[in-house]
Amino acid sequence: MDPRLVTAIIVVVGVPAVLVGYIWGTEQVLRLAPERLKPRLRPWLWLLPALGFLGVFLVYPTIGTVLRSLQSKGSILGTGAHFIGLDNYAWFFTNSSALGALKNNVLWLVFLTLFTVGLGLLIAVLVDKVRYESFAKSIIFVPLAISMVAAAVIWKFMYAYAPPGTPQTGTINGVLNGVGLPLIPFPTNDTLSMNSIMIILIMTWMWTGFAMVIISAALKGINVELLEAARVDGATEWQVFRGIVFPLLVPTLAVVSTTIVITALKAFDIVYTLTNGAYNTDVIANLMYKEMFNSGNFGRASAIAVVLLLAIVPVMLFNVSRFRAQEAIR
Amino acid sequence: MIRWQRLAAPSLVLMLVLAACSSGNSPSSSAGGSGAAGGKLGGKVTVIGTWGGDEEKAFLQMVKPFEDQTGVDVQYTGTRDLNAVLTTGVQSGVLPDLAGLPGPGQMAEFAKAGALKPLDDVLDIAKYKDQTAKALVDLGTVDSKVVGVFIKTAIKGLMWYSPKVADFSTPPKTWDELKSQLGANASKAASAWCVGLESGAASGWPGTDWIEDFVLRQSGPDKYKQWYEGTLKWTSPEIKQAFQAYGDVVKQGAVYGGPSTVATTNFANAGDPLFKSPAGCQLLHQASFITGLGAFKDKKAGTDYNFFPFPDINPSYTGAVEGAGDLFGMFNDTPQAKALIKYLVTPEAQAIWVKIGGALSANKAVTDYPDDIAKRSAELLQNAKIFAFDASDLMPNAMNTAFFSAILNYTKDQSKLDSILADLDKAQKDAYAAQ
Repeated sequence: MDPRLVTAIIVVVGVPAVLVGYIWGTEQVLRLAPERLKPRLRPWLWLLPALGFLGVFLVYPTIGTVLRSLQSKGSILGTGAHFIGLDNYAWFFTNSSALGALKNNVLWLVFLTLFTVGLGLLIAVLVDKVRYESFAKSIIFVPLAISMVAAAVIWKFMYAYAPPGTPQTGTINGVLNGVGLPLIPFPTNDTLSMNSIMIILIMTWMWTGFAMVIISAALKGINVELLEAARVDGATEWQVFRGIVFPLLVPTLAVVSTTIVITALKAFDIVYTLTNGAYNTDVIANLMYKEMFNSGNFGRASAIAVVLLLAIVPVMLFNVSRFRAQEAIR
Repeated sequence: MIRWQRLAAPSLVLMLVLAACSSGNSPSSSAGGSGAAGGKLGGKVTVIGTWGGDEEKAFLQMVKPFEDQTGVDVQYTGTRDLNAVLTTGVQSGVLPDLAGLPGPGQMAEFAKAGALKPLDDVLDIAKYKDQTAKALVDLGTVDSKVVGVFIKTAIKGLMWYSPKVADFSTPPKTWDELKSQLGANASKAASAWCVGLESGAASGWPGTDWIEDFVLRQSGPDKYKQWYEGTLKWTSPEIKQAFQAYGDVVKQGAVYGGPSTVATTNFANAGDPLFKSPAGCQLLHQASFITGLGAFKDKKAGTDYNFFPFPDINPSYTGAVEGAGDLFGMFNDTPQAKALIKYLVTPEAQAIWVKIGGALSANKAVTDYPDDIAKRSAELLQNAKIFAFDASDLMPNAMNTAFFSAILNYTKDQSKLDSILADLDKAQKDAYAAQ
């Protein structure tokens, strides 16, 4: 029999069977435990497999990465690496290309969040009042389903540049040429990081739909009577939005923003596909990839990963504390 | 007992799942069904390389007779990121049977780690050494063992032109002669040169070939060697003048469309303006494999396009030629893998790709070239007085990557040359440092 078929059978039949067996088994074990300990033991026994997986696939690699970030390059087999203290971090914060990547990540963080949440909010509020709302929302949501690499390739054609005077095959430059504006030689136009902004716009195109859907759902949850009361009292639409809708949306906007911030910090695929970091468009994740696979320097790659992790932690903490606050209200 | 069960159950789940995962990813290296009908070898061999599209088709055609003869199924996978696949593969042990290698430097690292299997007992080594140029044999040798062989080769630094646009039938002997001919022909095309640097994640490499050609002909093979071995600094006058010479080619006015076009044009289509009317440029500098790419593919060799070799610059280094090639190595020594690599170095196998076009053979016994242009380039390579392998391929990967991006940055803004070279010096110090 094909080994893949065997694997499939093991996964489809075996794994659920083992899980059921495990729960049954824990009940058998619990039966032997003293009565007053049972309620305290049961949740832990049920959590144990999940904790095991978390330990093996998350905690252990994280500790490994932190340790590796303190080591030298080593051979291609990963042997011969020795502890060099914080040298890898020192490299990160003194190397011009690493600092450039860090700067670009800040650009990503600010602009991607601003663009997607801003546009998402705008579209959600605007389409809330029209008849073809679901159709409009679907259209804007569709790009999220496209893979990042495919989106990058699509936009590579959109941004394509040909010398002035020759036919412009790129949509953007075609339009610019048509109306007599100067062409944009993407991706070499790095004045004021315009090329990075253009890459961020691709991600905006993809993620605006996500922000819009969540904000739109929150919008539907706002009590209509509240708005009507305000209107009866003579508030303008803008005042209704500023004074009622927006404050009620703030918790949702915070959730969407943190998600987008994390997406921005993780940005990799689009940059790798479009420029691979050339012309000052590099981002941390792509730099990590290059250090790991081009240079085989797992020490430095790990150090970059740790920096990235530390950058995301505050955002996660904010998310968790907000979640807790919400739980407390309930 | 109770305690044992408590511990055993979750670990059992874990083991089962792990087993399921690992068996799904295991390398299909082990020989399948041995002893197929008719005494054929049978089974399969996995191969990873960088070829896709037409090149992948050509490789599959190349191994077709082998498959028919032995009954071995050749399973080829193409990847754009060979280095990542092999680096992680060497660490995890999940490797193809045979694989293309990114370059001699990387090959040596794999060999020293014991991942690459020596081929001395696999190949008919005497015959192999007899049929292959010594320079190529040496490039595939680590610690006096052959670990890499060339499937095909290319000669770099050829100057391509369209005889219908500008006539270079009396090829310029020196760089100055070339410049005066370009000047005399100036009215026939919009610009002198066509250059295209875009190549996905490897963007910039066509520019590295330019620099290499200049270093080799301006400063000679010794400096060239010191340079790729990391003992000659990038800020040294030899390298700087090569960058400056390249800068003259890609400056606004000399190159088709200016630096922006150079950066955004794919290398395969860089030569397309040669065939436009009115012509965009007089010359394209590219390796022999360009004949299988872009607009060249549909044009006729000799009448639509032709080439002359890179002219000499310093007369003491006359006849210097830069070449490159596709290295192949063996990671698993199954009978099928051994049989395939043995087949791939034979003149019969290599003649197949040569006939399809875009490739030169690493085997001297292959003489049947499809046209005069392919034949001339093969002869140039074989008769080279000074042979140099592509320097960027010989550099450590970190250096190579830095070189690529330096080319892009320099092409965009030539005024930053000094800081770009200083950055390369830093990268050099880093890339060649011990572990």
